[in-house]
Amino acid sequence: MNPAYSVILFTTASGAGYGLFALLGLVGINHGQASSLAFGVTAMFVSLALITVGLLSSTLHLGHPERAWRALSQWRSSWLSREGVAAVLTYPVALAFGLIWSGIVVAPQWITPLALASMVMSAVTVLCTGKIYATLKTIPQWHHPLTVPVYFAFAAMTGCAVLAAVATPFGRFQVFQVLLAIVFLAIAGVLKSLYWRSIDTAIARHTIADATGLRGTVKQWELPHTNINFIQKEMGYVVARKHAETLRSLVKIALVIAAIAALLSWLITPWLSLVLAVAALAAATVERWLFFAEATHVVNLYYGLDKA
Amino acid sequence: MTSLPAATQKKLGLVIDLDICVGCQACATSCKEWNTQGVSAPLSDAKPRSDEPMGTWLNRIHGYEVQEAGRDDSRVVHFPRSCLHCETPACVTVCPTGASYKRAEDGIVLVNPETCIGCKLCSWACPYGAREYDYPTGVMKKCTLCVDRIYNENFVEEDRVPACVKACPTGARSFGDLGDANSAVSQLVKQRGGYDLLPDMGYKPTNKYLPPRARRDQAVVDPLPKPDGSAMERLFAWADKLMTSAKATAGVNETDLSDRLEG
Repeated sequence: MNPAYSVILFTTASGAGYGLFALLGLVGINHGQASSLAFGVTAMFVSLALITVGLLSSTLHLGHPERAWRALSQWRSSWLSREGVAAVLTYPVALAFGLIWSGIVVAPQWITPLALASMVMSAVTVLCTGKIYATLKTIPQWHHPLTVPVYFAFAAMTGCAVLAAVATPFGRFQVFQVLLAIVFLAIAGVLKSLYWRSIDTAIARHTIADATGLRGTVKQWELPHTNINFIQKEMGYVVARKHAETLRSLVKIALVIAAIAALLSWLITPWLSLVLAVAALAAATVERWLFFAEATHVVNLYYGLDKA
Repeated sequence: MTSLPAATQKKLGLVIDLDICVGCQACATSCKEWNTQGVSAPLSDAKPRSDEPMGTWLNRIHGYEVQEAGRDDSRVVHFPRSCLHCETPACVTVCPTGASYKRAEDGIVLVNPETCIGCKLCSWACPYGAREYDYPTGVMKKCTLCVDRIYNENFVEEDRVPACVKACPTGARSFGDLGDANSAVSQLVKQRGGYDLLPDMGYKPTNKYLPPRARRDQAVVDPLPKPDGSAMERLFAWADKLMTSAKATAGVNETDLSDRLEG
């Protein structure tokens, strides 16, 4: 699958945004009102900015962005529509929680219920994002039991990293932030490694003979067109095996750097949580690029791929 | 509405005979011609006269080389590929806007170009590559089964078929109701063992493909007749020898001439 930068930016940024938002909910439940107005407002702003930048960038790849509102209508059947609905419903919850938790509006009794609602809405939105990919039977690497858990793990991991980085300048750095980050970094690393091993050892379910229904050894003899078409441009992208190996190593190295930075920000100086955030976001971005680039769509069988 | 109808009154579709398709591309070009001016208009082209032409087509004709088990030789099978108007198409259910829909009356899968946002998710959901995105207009295009021909009362009865079916010079494409067991297309599928593409995907395609028939191996060269030593045979042998030596003499002259010209 062609790794479209707008979709990579969208899923990575909004994942981090929802992860951060859910964690702020957790902070609200544990500590009540934010310890300072500046920290509360900044943290909420960063969270909503990440979510909003992500959502806006996702509309960039649309042929008709001005019609994007129509995508809220088919939640009965479409995970993409459900994602849109969940994202829109999260905004009022986020605003209400942000106003009360940061202390702009004083209503401490509402912090816990709104924090719980924030966490649920964040989780539902990330679930919908993962499900868009996991439900596509045409792409075996996406139609995989680990697709949704990996989306959750990376959202939580990047959310934790950003939380520690945002809290540091306000002197609100807490050890639990980096310990949680290390836990989620480990979960993300393990799940992604399991996923990679699984897609590498998976036996291709379909052959070119299955796709055409022809019996015998089937090979492409003549293409229907002389230049690439939309199908090949969108779904024919294949990353070189060697290149993919390098990028996978890069993701693993970035996760390890993030974990070390998390540990050192506890032991040495909280400012190292900035390194944690950068490394975590870098890992998530490369991981998401690979998620697309390593996905092989079944339609490629018609274009001569022998197995998919 | 992107939820699928529980059942459709008809299952209109195509039956494609891979045994007699000659890969002439007439169905593809007539499809393009009709649909770039009908309800699907436009099927845009980008740089059509350059080295890198790119355009939206709803019907693509592949060619495959097939080697059957236990044979040294292979055969070429021409393979038209277009929307199969599936009974349970994921391209419709993934659509977030309701622009993609399956008609309850005849099972045709269509896209409303007025409400399509061009997210391309439907093309990802289709295993058959049936949907092509039209870059200049920003919406998805697909086979409509020539919905603007098959019900068109301005046409005489025999022309109320999809443009590809009308254009096919060998009759490799048939159109009809595959939900009616007595229809000509259903009978054809029954007789010839028509099959679904990628049935385990679970999309239940309406269109069926008829497999190439078994080979008959009649193109064997007859062995040469043995010489019988007759007078006529000797006469031809003498004439052949005479002409061969005359040609050889002429050949020497030609060689001389060409040497001179090149020198």
